[in-house]
Amino acid sequence: MRRVITCMMNNNPGVLNRFTSSLTARQVNIDSISISPITDRRTSRVTLVVLLKGQQESQQLLAQLDKQLDVFDLKDITDTHHVERELALIKVNAPANKRAELLAMIAPFRASIIDVGSSDVVIQITGTREKVNALLRITADYGVLQLVRTGVAGFTRAEDQ
Amino acid sequence: MLAKQPSEMPQNGADLLVQSLADQGVELLFGYPGGAVLPEFDALYKAKFNNILVRHEQGAVHAAEGYAKSTGKTGVVIVTSGPGATNAITGIADAMSDSVPMVVFTGQVGMSVIGTNAFQEADVLSMTAPVTKNNYQVRSAADVPKIVAAAFQVAQSGRKGPVVVDLPKNVMNETATTEIIAQRPEPLSMIKAKEKREAMGKLTDMLMALDKAKKPLLLAGGGVIAAKAGDEFKAFARKHQIPVISTLLGIGAIPSQDPLFMGMAGMHGTYTANMAIHECDLLINIGCRFEDRLATNPKRFAPNAQIAHIDIDASEIGKIIKTDFGIIGDAKAALKEMLLAEPTATKHADWLTLNQERRAKHPYHYRTQPGALKPQQIIEEVGRLTAGKAIVTTDVGQHQMWAAQFYPFTFPGQLITSGGLGTMGFGLPASVGARFANPDLPVVLFTGDGSLQMTSEEMDVIHGYDLNIKIILLNNHTLGMVRQWQDLFYDKRRSQTIFHEQPNFQKLADAYGIQYCALDPEQNWQAALKQAMTSEHAAFIEVPIPQLEAVSPMIAPGQPNENMLGVD
Ligand SMILES: Cc1ncc(C[n+]2csc(CCOP(=O)(O)OP(=O)(O)O)c2C)c(N)n1
Repeated sequence: MRRVITCMMNNNPGVLNRFTSSLTARQVNIDSISISPITDRRTSRVTLVVLLKGQQESQQLLAQLDKQLDVFDLKDITDTHHVERELALIKVNAPANKRAELLAMIAPFRASIIDVGSSDVVIQITGTREKVNALLRITADYGVLQLVRTGVAGFTRAEDQ
Repeated sequence: MLAKQPSEMPQNGADLLVQSLADQGVELLFGYPGGAVLPEFDALYKAKFNNILVRHEQGAVHAAEGYAKSTGKTGVVIVTSGPGATNAITGIADAMSDSVPMVVFTGQVGMSVIGTNAFQEADVLSMTAPVTKNNYQVRSAADVPKIVAAAFQVAQSGRKGPVVVDLPKNVMNETATTEIIAQRPEPLSMIKAKEKREAMGKLTDMLMALDKAKKPLLLAGGGVIAAKAGDEFKAFARKHQIPVISTLLGIGAIPSQDPLFMGMAGMHGTYTANMAIHECDLLINIGCRFEDRLATNPKRFAPNAQIAHIDIDASEIGKIIKTDFGIIGDAKAALKEMLLAEPTATKHADWLTLNQERRAKHPYHYRTQPGALKPQQIIEEVGRLTAGKAIVTTDVGQHQMWAAQFYPFTFPGQLITSGGLGTMGFGLPASVGARFANPDLPVVLFTGDGSLQMTSEEMDVIHGYDLNIKIILLNNHTLGMVRQWQDLFYDKRRSQTIFHEQPNFQKLADAYGIQYCALDPEQNWQAALKQAMTSEHAAFIEVPIPQLEAVSPMIAPGQPNENMLGVD
């Protein structure tokens, strides 16, 4: 079961290491993790996606992570109203004779072209995981040369905070 | 000219460290020097508290554990960088496993070369992350007092445990004119207001369940000892007349001879305690984490009971056993609250009687053997000679289980043993720490021929400080506990568990200047034992025991508690 967990952590050396080492200790594989300092350099916000057996296991994991002194505001937001978005950059084969067709195909996704080469283009898309996956299915037909995904970032909607 | 106030004098990081340790009330430190900690040891040269020079860094940490486990105070260790730090890691992991409050200072190479694979550099922060509550690297001398205060606070807060503070050499040499304000912050509660409110509600629910229970059972874990809640625990058990069982680390929460005590439960516990787990209808666990040596088969553990679990560590509740009343809190605080409730007329007198009769019928047993000394017999005799009042340290193996089974424990914190990690080599250095902490109590170590050889170098410290420790070596010329499993589960293929070669322990004791005596079943061994036990100095007492003696009774791994082997 996919769980989306968010927290804040102090932006110091070793803090993320300790955080992930505690996941290792419980044999939890990280599906994705996105982390960056937010308003000042002192604290970072984390969005962690893990595959767990269920809510009970998630509670256990939260209790375990909560013991870390540099980690706070831990939440499992999976079952709450929340927003989550992911960014992907896709470098796709786009020879001149296919380019117009490709652009037409991706138009409904409101993706943008952020780099243009002689035989390829780089598409940037933000959206839910499902939306990114859908776009990837389309671009696959043209030949994806390179692909990077940030993993999801998210938090609860206003009324649930 | 007026002398300047110490706090105004320029001091280097190492001076600040020593000053900060004094501010924390440190009386004793176990350490081993090296290049990266030269500034610290130079500052310690003038320190008012004692620094005990061990012979191996693992010994330093176990000694600090012995000190901490027997007093509840924070153990303090200082070791050098690289190999000094890596040698300490076994001890740190042991302290983590048994929730022992401790601060370990590790030397580190200078900040300008960290990350270059410099001489004796090790990435201590990464290596100790999984086995510490927290770790710090001090990056400026001015931060020393603050970080030391935080480290001691964390070690004692919530569920206690080890903290590592890494000290780059240049920072220790750096001058800082910081104003040091002596600070000794109180341990943090670590329990959130919401959890506290919930705990109160669940305590009430649990007490209501207790009122209805026909077969309640009280389980003492190491948390009762760590919280110094022995008195409250006993008072609660007596007030409600509930039979009590304990884990290995909970031994001493109630005296072994108490009419309510049914013994240690789990793999080598009593038949009575394990049957009580199987039959009870309400199990109140205080400060035990349902480890697999107790809950040998979690799916079939206490199948007839509602489970209440009081633990200071929220992540332990529901981790292994499904819990009906999960109460996050300190054992002492919870018990104080629980003591306010008045029992309604106890409805479980029959249950207590059943347990007491079972206990009388199925005590731990062994057969004496003419011409041989049985380990159980020796432990009982030592129990008599020390009137159940000794600090008992053990190593890991059969002798550890026999000590837990046969020594007549009378008070909390009396048994000092490596429970969670099961670290052979723990015993001898732990007894050193326990001796320093308890000058007025006898200190007895029960060890095995395998375990002793892992840290025997610390005998030099015993001799050097003239520490009156009785080292009792139950020598079976085998790694007995492993051999017992091979005999039971591997068709007696005793692969690498028999010592065909052994050092001459008499000469070893002699070499360290420790009085030696061997007990001989054919001579008056009781008199020899008594003489060695009553001397004013350390004694090394070697007891030849039958090689194939097994610890019994036993629950085979994976079996539920009611399936005990070897019940008489
Ligand atoms: C450091 C370490 N290595 C290995 C083990 C595995 N182990 C557990 S008990 C045991 C045998 C201990 O032998 P000894 O100290 O002679 O005690 P006995 O069981 O014979 O009483 C071993 C090897 C361990 N617990 N710790």
